[in-house]
Amino acid sequence: MRIRVLLFAGLREKTGTGEMILELPDGCRLSDLQGRLGLEKQTWSPLAFAVNQSYVPSDTPLKDGDEVALIPPVAGG
Amino acid sequence: MVRLTIQSIDSKSLHQELLKDTENCGGNVIFEGRVRNVSHGKPVAALSYECYEPMALKIMENIRQEALKKWKVENIIAVHRHGDIPLGETTVWIGVASAHRAEAFEACRFMIDEIKAKVPIWKKENYTDGTYVWAHQSC
Repeated sequence: MRIRVLLFAGLREKTGTGEMILELPDGCRLSDLQGRLGLEKQTWSPLAFAVNQSYVPSDTPLKDGDEVALIPPVAGG
Repeated sequence: MVRLTIQSIDSKSLHQELLKDTENCGGNVIFEGRVRNVSHGKPVAALSYECYEPMALKIMENIRQEALKKWKVENIIAVHRHGDIPLGETTVWIGVASAHRAEAFEACRFMIDEIKAKVPIWKKENYTDGTYVWAHQSC
């Protein structure tokens, strides 16, 4: 399956990109992205996650065409 | 109405918009967030906000609907600016129109607290010494 991953703020700067397309084997979960993207635990653990613009838990199964957002701690206002 | 904008927030026209069709409202509360000149003891030059626009709008509207359900208020407007915002300018504007003041205060407080906690918007604090930090983030 093919998914689109969006990265923001400090995480975008750290990885050097705001968007990537990933080819993943079927059955992958959101939590598998930590290893796929080579992110350390300290970078991964503060993140929240959204699939197709809704917040979801980190063990959410992914499917072809999903838009996944890795969301660092938000700071609007 | 919820909105994201990279333009300056025009509080006068938003105020007019809030008053429209709410002649039955006797208590309106407006909250304005603006760029402070100091943060964490360091002088601030400007703020830059980044947002995940479609989701940010969706979550802002969800919060608005929740507030409309929870309190007896007639109208809620919430606008958040993004991009580079100079010192002193408005970053977020929330207006609540209600028959009575108590509901308007509570709904407005709820709106800003929930927006800060849930909407995917990030704030980069640029200091006058050329350094910056992403608020609430270590990286």
